Amino acid sequence: MRASRVARWLGVPVCLALVAAGRPARGPGAAAPSAPSRTLTVFAAASLSRAFSQLGDTLRHRTPGLEIAFNFAGSQQLVLQIQQGAAADVFASADLRWMAAVRDSGLVDGTPTVFAHNRLIVVTPAAAPIAGLQDLARPGVKLVLAADAVPVGRYARQALSNLSRLPGFGADFDRRVLANVVSNEEDVKAVVAKVQLGEADAGIVYVSDVGAEVAPHVKRIDVPDAANVVADYPVAVLRRARDPEDARAFVALLLSPSGQAVLRANGLVGTAGD
Amino acid sequence: MLWEIGVLAAVAVLLVFLGLPLLSLLLRVPPAELWARLLAPASLTALRLSLVTSLAATVAIAALGVPAAYLLATRRFPGKRVVEVLLELPMVLPPTVAGVGLLLAFGRAGLAGKALAALGLSIPFTTLAVVLAQVFVACPFFVSAATAGLREVEARYADAAATLRATPGYAFRRVLLPLALPSVLAGGAMSWARALGEFGATIMFAGNLPGRTQTLPLAVYIGFQTDLQSAVALAVILLILSFTVLLGLRLAHRPPRLPWVGRAPGDAR
Repeated sequence: MRASRVARWLGVPVCLALVAAGRPARGPGAAAPSAPSRTLTVFAAASLSRAFSQLGDTLRHRTPGLEIAFNFAGSQQLVLQIQQGAAADVFASADLRWMAAVRDSGLVDGTPTVFAHNRLIVVTPAAAPIAGLQDLARPGVKLVLAADAVPVGRYARQALSNLSRLPGFGADFDRRVLANVVSNEEDVKAVVAKVQLGEADAGIVYVSDVGAEVAPHVKRIDVPDAANVVADYPVAVLRRARDPEDARAFVALLLSPSGQAVLRANGLVGTAGD
Repeated sequence: MLWEIGVLAAVAVLLVFLGLPLLSLLLRVPPAELWARLLAPASLTALRLSLVTSLAATVAIAALGVPAAYLLATRRFPGKRVVEVLLELPMVLPPTVAGVGLLLAFGRAGLAGKALAALGLSIPFTTLAVVLAQVFVACPFFVSAATAGLREVEARYADAAATLRATPGYAFRRVLLPLALPSVLAGGAMSWARALGEFGATIMFAGNLPGRTQTLPLAVYIGFQTDLQSAVALAVILLILSFTVLLGLRLAHRPPRLPWVGRAPGDAR
C-alpha cells in the first residue's frame, strides 16, 4: 500500500519533468520573450516543399518574431481550401490555371508573378522495369500519374500527347500509355513515393522531384525538349492575408537572386531576367 | 432534476454537432440534381465498386472474425492479451499508415509481396487490394463487438448444452451464436460502415483508378478538387446509403426471447 502511494506521488513530478524536457528548446535567433510572434501562412504546391522550407528558414532568420507555417499539397487541393476560407497569406501554384481560379474568385491581392519553372521527367525504380519512353506503351506496364486535376498530372498528359506527334512514337502513343495508368494520385510526391517503393514501373514527375534522397532509388528517363512541357509557377499574396507585409517580403525573397539560387539548387528553373 | 437537464443538454449538443454537417450536405444539393448526378456513369461505377468491395470485406471479416471472437471470449491462453491488442491495433492506426504498412508487406517489393510476385500474383492497384485495405481497417470493429457479445452469454448455457452431449461446435452454432447475434450483427454493421468509408489505406495501397479501385470516398475526395457540386452529391449518396442500411439492420433484428429467462443479452434495460 505504502509503495503504491509513494509511486503515485512520485509519478506526478516525473511526468511533469518529462513534458518539460520534451518541449523544443529555444534556438538561436529566437525572439526575446517580450516580442510578439507573428505567423505567416504559405500554401504551396507539393513540388515546392524542399525549396520553400529552406527559404522559410532564411526569412525566419532575417525577421525576428516571424514564424512561417507551410501547407504543401496538390495545387488543386489548396485552391479548394482557399476558396472555402482557409487563412492563407501567400499562395504558390504549380500552374497558371489554378492561380487563375483563385484570382477569378477575387481572392488575390495585386497580380500573380511567375517565379519559377519546372520540367517533366519519367522515373522508374532502380531495378529499371522500363528502359526507354517507348516502353511506357508496352501492355502490362504499371504507370502511375497524378490525377488530371493536379498540375503535374495535366502536364504529363500534355507531354504524352506531344510525344504522339513526334516521329517514332505513333499517333496512338498517348492512348496506349494512358491505358497503362494504374493510379491517379493526389499530388506529385505520392507518384514519386510509389515509384521509389518499386510498386509502379514508371511515373511522370518534375525534374525537381528527383533530389538527393530520391535519386539513388530511381532511374531517370529524359523527355525530349520537343515534347516536354514547361511548368510555370505563379505566386501571389492573398487578399485575406492577415500579414500582408511579411507576405510581400516572402514573395520578394522568391524573386531575389538569393531566392532564385535556392530554387535552382532544388532542381527548379529560375525566371530569366532577375 | 439537474441530472435530467444535464443529460438532455449533452444529448442535444451531440445531436446538433453530428447533425449539422450532415444537414449542410443534404441542403447543398437539390434532390433532382442529386438523382441526375447519381445516374452519371462515374458515380454508378464508384457506387458499385464501393458496395461490392465493402460487402466482400464484411463477409471476409465475419468468416475470420467469428472464430477469433469465439476463441477470445471463451478460452484463456498465454499471450492472449497480446493477441487482443494486436487485433485492436488497426482501430488506432491512422489509415494512411495502415496503407503504407500494407504496401510494404504485400507490395511487389514487400515482405510477403516478393513471394506472391514469384507466384505471379501482384496485389497493389487491384480491386483485391481495396478489399484487403478495408478488411485491415474494419476488422477490429467486428472482433471487439462479437467478442463482447459472446462473452456476455452466460457460461451455463454452453455448459447445459455440453451436458446434453452437444459438441463445442454444435453448442456454438445453436446456442452461443444465436444468443450473441445482436452484438455480432451490430459488429458486422459497424465494420461494413467502416469499410464503406475507408479512404487513406485504399488510396495508398490500391491507388485510384475509376472502375477498378476508385471507391465512393475516393471519388468524393478527388471530385472535390475539381467539381464541388458532384463531390457533394456523391457524399450525400454515401450518406443516404449508410443511413438506410444501418437503420434497416436496426429495425430488422429483434433480439431472441428465451422462454425461461426475463431478458436476453443485448436487450436494452
